[in-house]
Amino acid sequence: MSAGDCGKLLLLQAEIDGELDAAEAAALAEHRAGCPVCKRNEALLLAARQALRGATYHRAGPELLRAVATRIGAGGAAPQRRRTAVPWQGLIGFGAGAALAAAIVLTLLPFGRPQLVAALVDDHVRALQPGHLLDVVSTNQHTVKPWFDGRLDFAPPVKDLASSGFPLLGGRLDYVHGRSVAVLVYSRGKHLIELFVWPAKGTAGQPARSARDGYNIVHWTADGMSLSAVSDLEPAGLDQFAREWRQTP
Amino acid sequence: MRPVAIYSDLMGPDNVFAAIALPHLDAAFNLARWLTGSRADAEDVVQEAMVRALTYFPTYRGGSGRAWILQIVRNTAYGALKARRGERGAGHTGVDAAADIESIPDLADDPEKALILSDDLERMDALIASLPLELRETLVLRELEELSYREIAQITAAPIGTVMSRLWRARRMLTQAAAEGARR
Ligand SMILES: [Zn+2]
Repeated sequence: MSAGDCGKLLLLQAEIDGELDAAEAAALAEHRAGCPVCKRNEALLLAARQALRGATYHRAGPELLRAVATRIGAGGAAPQRRRTAVPWQGLIGFGAGAALAAAIVLTLLPFGRPQLVAALVDDHVRALQPGHLLDVVSTNQHTVKPWFDGRLDFAPPVKDLASSGFPLLGGRLDYVHGRSVAVLVYSRGKHLIELFVWPAKGTAGQPARSARDGYNIVHWTADGMSLSAVSDLEPAGLDQFAREWRQTP
Repeated sequence: MRPVAIYSDLMGPDNVFAAIALPHLDAAFNLARWLTGSRADAEDVVQEAMVRALTYFPTYRGGSGRAWILQIVRNTAYGALKARRGERGAGHTGVDAAADIESIPDLADDPEKALILSDDLERMDALIASLPLELRETLVLRELEELSYREIAQITAAPIGTVMSRLWRARRMLTQAAAEGARR
């Protein structure tokens, strides 16, 4: 036994990793209360966890999915796409969709109406289908922002939050309640956050949170835009995302 | 994780293997990428691993599909690393032999310094990549895949006690490196 371990080091780690049952945790708690070594080691473990939140989760690309699906005989066809769009190779058939969207007189339901929350979550889930997530793949806001030009009747704000631990993955166009919206996709560890952006009708509003089907949603309005972040990230994490977004110029 | 149902457009109605394996494609790629350090190598490893998994599928007895797939991915990646590095071999960096889990980094009084690292994603990735293979895979499976000790033990073919001490070493090395970087 050295100065660095009181004999409970790995138990303490297991507790922080959520691996102890109630009885084991209770026994450890008794020891921890008076142990300065445990206190120090806990601080180290929590610091490590905090630092690791920013580690990159590497995702399989659509090409790999197609290659694997072909090799294991799962149909072998390219995935059906919601639109006839091919990510980062231009949007085939996009013009028709844009014209249609522009022709529609767009009325968005105010946020808070269950229909919109449901539509956003449905869209988020649908987007997780292979190849549906991103039309433009770039971690650079100066690439993503111009990509929306001419594809939408408004200019969505695009921010890079990598330094806050929410790296930008890219963006896509989508249709929610009959209106075209910009969707910015961010990651946090293995979680994805989708930020739906469209012109707001009302004035600036503070973030409001709701939840549906295990997904959390934070909605706010700022600078004439309605913004809704949808993710399976825990509520505190999504709140932090909204806060970082609002604070980043 | 991505729900199984969304892969229905890729699968025939009765491709059971695809239904079990494809939802774990991201996890497979993430592990392979962290083990091999290259996107191209990781893609090769995942393809080969998935084909192997299909071959072994008749012997799959249920349980965590993700752990089963990742175990095959890990073995395939080790094979690829061994081929790449020749005689030196991929695993066995001897990290478990140095039984020094008690030794504590000197940042223990000031762990907040490590937090500076979370603002520097590229450096965080570089530090993880610099960990010995056994520590890196254990850390990635715990922190990025959020797997249980038991699942990690299965995937890495190590006793749970070894998983626990590897996790501690990995976290200690990272926090120490982070603090040293912050001090500079
Ligand atoms: Zn103690």
